[in-house]
This record gives sequence, C-alpha cells and structure tokens, in this order.
Amino acid sequence: MTNTSKPSGKGKYLRRLALCGAIAALGFAGAAAPALADGDAAGQVAMRRLTQDQYKQIVMDVFGPTVTLGGRFEPDMRDAGLLAVGAAQVSVTASGFEQYDLMARSIASQVVDPEHRSLLIPCKPASDKAPDDACAKAFLGKVGRLLFRRPLTQHELDAQVAAANAATVKTSDFYNGIGLALAGLMEAPEFLFRQERVEPDPDHAGQYRLDAYSKATRLSFLLWNAAPDPELLASAESGEINTASGLKKQVDRLMASPRLENGVRAFFADMLAFDGFSTLAKDTTLYPKFTSQVLRDAQEQTMRTIVDHVMVENADYRDLFTTRKTYMTPLLASIYKVQVQFPDGVLNPWVPYEYPEGAQVAGILTQASFVGLHSHPGRSSATIRGKALRNIVLCQKVPDPPGNVNFNLVQDTNNPNFKTARQRLEAHRTAATCAGCHKIMDPVGLAMENFDTIGGFRTTENGAPIDASGELDAVKFTDVPGMGKAVHDNASTSACIVNRVYSFGTGHAPNKSESQWISSTLATDFKESGYKYLALVKDIATSDVFYRAAPPQTGALDTPSKLASTGSQEVQK
Amino acid sequence: MIPINRKIDRRRVLRGMLGGTAVTVALPFLDCFLNTNGTALADGQALPVCFGTWFWGLGMNPGRWEPPTAGKITEFGPELAGLTPYKDKVNVYSGTKVILDGRPMITHFTGDWAVLTGTTPREERVILPSVDQLIADVIGTKTRFRSLEVTSTGNAVHSYSRRAGAAVNPAEVSPAALYTRIFGPDFKDPNAADFKPDPQIMARQSVLTAVMAQRDDLSKTLGAADKARLEEYFTSLRQIEQQLELELQKPAPLAACSSPAKPQDMVLGSEIESVKGNHKLFAQILAHALACNQTRVINVTFNDATSSLRKQGSSMTHHVYTHEESIDPQLGYQPNVTAFIMNISSGLGDMVAALDSVKEGDGTLLDRMLLMASTDTGYAKVHSLDDIPLITAGRAGGKVKTGLHVVAKGDPSTRLGLTVQQAVGVPINSWGTDSMQTSKTFTEVMA
Repeated sequence: MTNTSKPSGKGKYLRRLALCGAIAALGFAGAAAPALADGDAAGQVAMRRLTQDQYKQIVMDVFGPTVTLGGRFEPDMRDAGLLAVGAAQVSVTASGFEQYDLMARSIASQVVDPEHRSLLIPCKPASDKAPDDACAKAFLGKVGRLLFRRPLTQHELDAQVAAANAATVKTSDFYNGIGLALAGLMEAPEFLFRQERVEPDPDHAGQYRLDAYSKATRLSFLLWNAAPDPELLASAESGEINTASGLKKQVDRLMASPRLENGVRAFFADMLAFDGFSTLAKDTTLYPKFTSQVLRDAQEQTMRTIVDHVMVENADYRDLFTTRKTYMTPLLASIYKVQVQFPDGVLNPWVPYEYPEGAQVAGILTQASFVGLHSHPGRSSATIRGKALRNIVLCQKVPDPPGNVNFNLVQDTNNPNFKTARQRLEAHRTAATCAGCHKIMDPVGLAMENFDTIGGFRTTENGAPIDASGELDAVKFTDVPGMGKAVHDNASTSACIVNRVYSFGTGHAPNKSESQWISSTLATDFKESGYKYLALVKDIATSDVFYRAAPPQTGALDTPSKLASTGSQEVQK
Repeated sequence: MIPINRKIDRRRVLRGMLGGTAVTVALPFLDCFLNTNGTALADGQALPVCFGTWFWGLGMNPGRWEPPTAGKITEFGPELAGLTPYKDKVNVYSGTKVILDGRPMITHFTGDWAVLTGTTPREERVILPSVDQLIADVIGTKTRFRSLEVTSTGNAVHSYSRRAGAAVNPAEVSPAALYTRIFGPDFKDPNAADFKPDPQIMARQSVLTAVMAQRDDLSKTLGAADKARLEEYFTSLRQIEQQLELELQKPAPLAACSSPAKPQDMVLGSEIESVKGNHKLFAQILAHALACNQTRVINVTFNDATSSLRKQGSSMTHHVYTHEESIDPQLGYQPNVTAFIMNISSGLGDMVAALDSVKEGDGTLLDRMLLMASTDTGYAKVHSLDDIPLITAGRAGGKVKTGLHVVAKGDPSTRLGLTVQQAVGVPINSWGTDSMQTSKTFTEVMA
C-alpha cells in the first residue's frame, strides 16, 4: 500500500474556504421547503437535558476558551439510537446535581475573577463590597439571555439580582455575589434543559409551532450543536425567524459558518456511539499498541474522514462505507500496517491517505473506531460488529438472545477444530434457537474479521486463513469491500441517516405522521440530491415540519413517588 | 451541660453569631448526644439503621454456593467461602426466582432489575425506583448524601440504583474522587472541637432558593412525563440544599467516626486485580462514611451484569467465558468462570469485613447495617432466572436475625426486597407487581 496524498499542512483557513465552497455549491438544498397541508406531520416537543458536549460548547461560546470546566457530567443516555433522543428521557440525579453545582461554581468563580471580570462583566460596581443593582442587572440580564437561550423575564431577572444581592451582603463581596448568582443560572433547569415552548400556528389554524426562541434553539443545536448566537437570538426576538426568508437567511448563515463542522461532528459522534470510547478498554498485554492516544486517534480519524467526505467533498453519504480515502497518524499506520510518509518534526501528524484500489477496507466500517469499539477487550467479535452495523448504520434492532440457551458447544477458542470465529459461530447459526438472529448479524460481522479488536489488520486467526465472505440481506459478497458495497446499496442505509438526522434535531423518534413525511418527502429529496448529507440537513432545517408541534399536553403531575407506588403504604401488624 | 430539651433555632443562632464575619465557635450539641459507651444516642435511641446493596454480575454455579442445609448456617457452598468468617452475621436466601409474566427475557437486564425494583421490565428501560431509593426516601433524608453509589468497573453507568425514571444514579468510579466528595473540604468532622460556619454556605443557599422559586412557573407548561423529570431535578436540588443546611450545623459527635486514609489515584477498568483493589478502597471509604453519618444508604457494584471482568493477558471476559467455556467433566463446572466467581465472593467478604471493622460500643457498624447482595441470573451459562443467589449481611439494628439459610422453594425474589424494606422501617406491607408482587416477608429472619 502506498501513500498517495501529501501531508496536510495548509491550515485551517484553506480548509474553511473549501468548506464554504462546498456549501455554496449545494444543489437542491436551497429550494423551498415542501408544502404542507392541514393535518400534516407534527411531533411532540421535548424537554432535553444538555449533553456533555453541548454544555462544554456553551461555556466556551459564552465565556471563552480560558474558562475551564471542573467536575464530571452525568452519563448521557441513548434512546432510539441517539443520545440526542435519550436527552429527552433523563433528569438530574442527586449526585449529578452535585457535579453541576461544582462545575457551575468553578466556572462562575473564573468569570468574576480579576483576570476575567474586566472582559466579561460589562460594568463596575460602585463598591466591591456592597450590592449594586444596576451592575448586577446588566451582567445577569446579558449572560442570562445567552444561557437560557431567551431573555429573562422581569420576574426572573429581579429574582436573580435579589439572590446576587443577598449573597453579596452575606460575604461582603459584590463579585462573589454575582458569581454565585451566575452559578445559580447555570444550575437552573432553564439552562440545563432545553425546554421547548409552543404557540398557535397562525398559518395553520388549530395547529401549533415552536415559539421563535425555541425555533432558533432547535435550529442552532441541529446545525452547530450549540446554543443560538446573539444574531440568531435577535432574529427570534424580532420575529424574523418566523418568516420563510428570515429562516432561510439564518440557515444560510449558520451553514456557511465554520461552526457547521462542530454540528456535523456532533451528529456523527452521536450516531456512531462514540461515547463508548470513554470507557473502552483493551487488554494491553495482548495488544501493547493500544494506548489512550490510539483511542483519540481512532475517533479523530473517522471524524476527519466524515468531515472531508460530507462537507469538503460534498460526496454521496453512502460512499462513507466504501471510500478508500482517510487520514493517518503514525500510530494508526502502525496498527493498520500501512506505509505512510509523515513529515519530520511534527508531533503526531495527521496525513491524508488513500488506500490503493483493491485494498481490504470498507470506509469507516473498517476503521479502528468501528471495529475496535465493537469488540471484546481481548478479541474481535463478528456478532457484536454485525449487531452494531445493523443498529447504527441500518437502524435495525436485533432482538436479544433467548433465555435458557446452552452455549456450551458454541465457542471454545481452545478447540482445535474451531480455530476461526467463522468456525465457532457456525454452531450458533446452525442451532435453531440462535439461528434467527445470528444469521442477520454474523455473516456481515464476519466480513470485518480481517481487523482485530483494536483495528489491526490480519489475514489469519490462530494460523488459519480468514474468510471474509458473507451476505447482507441476501446480497452476497466475498470480501470486506464487497460488504461495504452491500451496505452502500442497502435501502436501509439512506433511510437510516434521514431518520437519525431528523431525530437528532427534534429529540424524539419520529411518530407516525412524521415518519410518513420523512419517507415520502425527506427521503425522496435526499435521494434526488445524490445522497448529500448537507443537503439533507438543510432540507430539514428549512422545512416547516421541523418546527411544528403537536398540541401541548399538560397533565396531572406524576411525581416519582406516585410512579414508585407499587405497594401499599401501611404495615399490617 | 446544655439542657437538651430546650428548643434552640440553630440557624438563627448561627446567623446571629456570624454577623457577616466568620468566627470560630464551639457549639453545643443541639441534636443529639451519644451515650457514654457509644452504642446509642443520649436520649436512648439506637444509632440509625443503614442499608446497602451490593451487586455482582453473572450469578454463581447452581449447587455450589448454598449452605448444604436450611436453617442455621454451619458452612457455605464453596463459592461463598469468602464469607466464612462472617457466617454468624449473614443470611443466605436460595430458591427464589424472577417471574416473566410473558415478558421478554432481556438477558443480563431483566433479572437484575426485577430483583431490585420488584417489577419485571417490559423493555430496556426501567421507570420504577430501586429498593435502595425507596429505603433512602425513609432513612436517608437527614444525612449529607441521600445515598452513595460506587462501581469498581470504571464505568459510571454500571449502577444498579435508580429513582423513578429512565437513568441510573451514576456511580462514582474513582476511590480518590469518592474520598474527596465525602471527606474533602466540605466534610465537617463531627468530633472536631471547634466549628466554623462558613458564610459562603449561606450565600449559596440564597441563590439555590431563587432557583427553587421557579418550580411552579416551570411545570405549568409541561406534560406529565416532563413534569416528573422536573420533579426529580427539584428533588436533587433539595438534596444540595440539605447538604448546605447540614454544613451550617455542628454535627453530633460520633465516637466511631474518623476520616479514612486518602487513596491514591488508581487504574480504573475491568481487569480483575484492578477491580478488587478499587472495591476494597471503596468499601473502606463507604464504611467510614456510614460511621460518620454522611449517608445511610450505599450502593456498590462489584461487576456489571454483562460482566466485563477479565484477567490481564486473556482475550476472554467473564461474560464470554460463561457462554463459551466448556464444563470441566472432572470438576463439573466452568473453571475460568468459577475463578471469577471466587473473586466476587472474596469481594463480598471484603465489603462485609470493612463494615464489621468499624467498632461501635460492644458491636460493629455491621450490626446496624443491612447489606443486600444480589445478581442478575441464577446460572449465567443459560441465562437462568431461577434460584438467583441472594445474601444479606448485618442485623439492621437488631431487626434481622442472622446466621440463617432460608430456602424459598420458587417464591418471587421480591420477598427479600419486601423483607429488607420492612426491616429498616419502610412502612410497606406488599411490594412488586404482577406475579412478582408479594406480601410475604422472610419471617424466619425477622427478629
């Protein structure tokens, strides 16, 4: 294998230029959103907890990169294939609140410290030791608007100023007082949760839509995975975002921004379940090349591949599973066993690399981020990989294994008759109780057996040659590029990405009416665009359906204690 | 001696004393004194009962853990040998099962949550609270932490504790972080001579009060499910408020309370030696936390239900071994699986030892503790939900008799969940749903 590309070194500027060019060249995406008739699709609004990445991004956007985070986050939860959907299911536990409290106070203390206050606080108090209503109001009103993603109400602002004043009095320190009030804003549910609000839709009698601020927020998180910037908030405040031209103007602006890359990375990191890397472990005795740097490189390799493919090249999304183009670091090249020319004197350089024609790869599916994430700590797993491909790339759920099944004969790695995973798994696929599910996981997973548990390329296992043939939904292939082609051509591949991007934006799995709209309109548009990812995102962002809402549902409060009531509450003696 | 029957508003006293500046004061013991031998509070009340869960994944080998006879334990099966030094302080419950009621058997999920929530889950989401949280709502409301969760696996989601909702209470993964959380700068040593209230705490209270004030306005526009999630948020906020409240009070002295040694940063992960080492450190820190009345409810995960335990240099995990290792015809069991089980059993012994090592008067912390150990399956090799091993340690302040092997003969595992709730004072007379619902405790162990 040869290095067919020269080292990357042109810098961020050229990269952004190329990106902007790609966006400007988009095809149909700028077309008007599909027309809707009354009774068309509308989903339930969601109250979503900020994900870890979103929280970090907001802190950086609002306070700048010199303010650091302390503490740890509550684990995010995956539902319907996405953390973005799970975010609408989770709350804040007691220990999670402790951590939010620690982080908020740590951030706030940095914001008000002498180093940052002149930059971040727009006024000076009359005295450093006493309350100052005007200054507290100016600061908390400004920062509150950015954190809550809407202006604070007069009542909210008064309460925040009163809290700052009370804290100032108790500690005789104005900056400490507004710092604690800022921490309070960052612990408030209005910050930690994206609570969407709805209003009657003037264009569709009897129907509802997101209000302007919720609309701006949904759009901003879809495209940038970040809270609305001041310009987008201004568009919401003026109502401009509620007009077709106003919305298009904002969508064009956000999509022309280099920050779009952040949104692309966020979506694919979520879809590809990269959160699993935070706890991924491999046996370093068996795989001494596996280090924390390999973990980071593996994720970044896939992200660079995707960003180049769907943004810079504006290429067919499905080609991600067949492309031979990627990026390498010395560590990755060593694991994949490829020869790459790296520049001298650069620490951990990234170099674009294209595998030669006929190479045994299948785009991002044979990168360490996929085959490594979906393996055991000490060995590969065709079943886990096959299941992950079904779940993640094709949006198909594989049923759980049945109970009371004896696995005794299935896989014994010491058995001289079953040297390879294929031979061991044969037992699964021939046992009646196992065959139903294993025949949809193993044949596609076995095609990735040329890659060990950390992504290292191999041609044999226990001395026996690896046979990477298999099939996907009746399409047979003889090697892993064939598998990539089968994934590329599978109708579920494109349907899945359309469904996932929509869910990522709305925070829920599509309901029946939304699914109908997705399959009839969105999927068709996607196909007509040549399966261009950015065209899909723009189609969603400019559509009417994306901002419509089912009628608000307010009901009786089901408290945790009420939900928990599974037994009678009095002891009979 | 300060008369203890005289009503004193502590916060008012503190506010008056502070007057805007921090002062060092030696305050009277407002809430309670210990009696002279440290076994009870001065008013005659016993030291508070504590509760814990201890979870391990992948069960044990049928027939190899139970004591050979019902009734008084004279010996354990070989896989519970780690508990031998404590055979008079533990109970073993065999013969219980999880009943599916026609629901899908979600492997390494159904069993664990059915035992701990009393309900067989319908899908891979559990909305009911686990038994420890039901108990924490009763006995955990007066302490700094309503409950503490830890896992030795290095993965915070390996927690088997949850309030009503879709997410688990995340577990602490690092002993050093747990130490800092409990015994770091915010720890108020109950035996310290001086007490210095921090005005910053009161300042923080003002701010949190402002957050709490938004509660009613916020919930107006929400549907029922989101309201429940918001309620959970505010329950968590109240926990922080309570922590602050307690930090403004001179805690009652506790003779057995001392800070543990601060642990080093450890390697985290599922390698068995690392898991055992971290678990031992967690056990010590949690025992100190209970002795210092920082919490009354703990939840410990030794390994997750789909156990990722592994030995350094081996390509196989505990879970993979359960399904792929042959039964040794001579031994009659899977040797590598059983090696992991023995490590787990030893870990449970370490946990019990840590609780028993804290001397309180003539007894130990274990005497007022009730630790419930459970797992996800009876026999991992076939994902069985029959005869799931269940163990308790401790006497719950005299409410539970110990040293007994109870044979349940096919009853739902919820009998134990009901038993432990009643033993620690939860006012409930039945627990569980559908076929897992029961009103029968294990009367054999109730004192």
